[in-house]
Amino acid sequence: MIELNQVGKRYLAKTALHDITLTLPQGGITGLIGENGSGKSTLLKILAGLVKPSTGTVFINEKKTERQIAADVAYLSELDTFYSFYKVKDMVDFQASQFPDFSRKRADDMLTFMKLDPNSKIKVLSKGNRGRLKIVLALAREAPVILMDEPLSGLDPMVRDSIVTSLISFVDVEKQTVLITTHEVNEMEPIFDRVVAIREGRLLGIADAEKIRGEQGMRVVDWLKEQYQL
Amino acid sequence: MVDNFDASKPIYKQIADQFYWKIIRGDLQAGDKLPSVRDTAVAFRVNPNTVSRTYNEMERANVVETKRGLGTFVTEKQDVLNDLKGKKMRQQIEQFVTEMEAMGYTAAEMVNGLKNHLGKERGEND
Repeated sequence: MIELNQVGKRYLAKTALHDITLTLPQGGITGLIGENGSGKSTLLKILAGLVKPSTGTVFINEKKTERQIAADVAYLSELDTFYSFYKVKDMVDFQASQFPDFSRKRADDMLTFMKLDPNSKIKVLSKGNRGRLKIVLALAREAPVILMDEPLSGLDPMVRDSIVTSLISFVDVEKQTVLITTHEVNEMEPIFDRVVAIREGRLLGIADAEKIRGEQGMRVVDWLKEQYQL
Repeated sequence: MVDNFDASKPIYKQIADQFYWKIIRGDLQAGDKLPSVRDTAVAFRVNPNTVSRTYNEMERANVVETKRGLGTFVTEKQDVLNDLKGKKMRQQIEQFVTEMEAMGYTAAEMVNGLKNHLGKERGEND
């Protein structure tokens, strides 16, 4: 379970997050949606223990988030953070050495699914394959919480497709709590259990994706637009 | 991907409708095993939780039965399957009639139109 209580974040002149209070239950995939600069990435970094909130408290499974929360949280950054001289398998070994919850079996299954050769050098991988490798490294952890910052961003449709399929195939949605920031709302909508809309660092709303469609007869993207107009 | 679904209806219901369609057509027969929740989720590219809801919904309607550790199966109760077949036909007819009435067609015109159409479709000229 993820619990944020009146969380705010100020950077020198700019306030990135205002007074966010939000509880996410264990299990399921939540989409964190909103325009550029709305504070999505900052929120994810706070949950990952990479950024300290200026105000408020954050708990993940009743533990206060700080750098050590990485033991419970798999975080996929928007950036590439690979050593280019590593091979794919070296990167897998490194990740396995860092996290006791890393499943080599799941990693192998995912490498096969993603058609990644363990012996390829990372520096010769295409951008799409680097994107795939990042997903493998994050999802091969049987972590209670998985945070993904824009996993589809800048990737071609084939790669995006394989990433969405791997989320469906390899995440244990009953146990693992997944939070994904994305601009590709239409593409990701069918895999979200619920969505959280934020704008200019403020929480606008949270809703069950099936209820948005069933009770309001809307797509998630239309719901988001409506939240922005309120 | 969401384009495969009608945006104004819950996805779990739309997937249930597709299973009902297959059962009525006979692509899935009494006693047949449904794919696992995960395989169905991958096939439809949706969240596995959504597919669990679909299976629960179909189970509540008695159309499928889940056997612990074995999977989910189409019911062998023929009366339930006949009911399903009848219900889907009534739904389609209701929708057709509602739209025709909204355009002002009479019952006689609808019946004639249907007879004509079915006659042509089967290549009967008598």
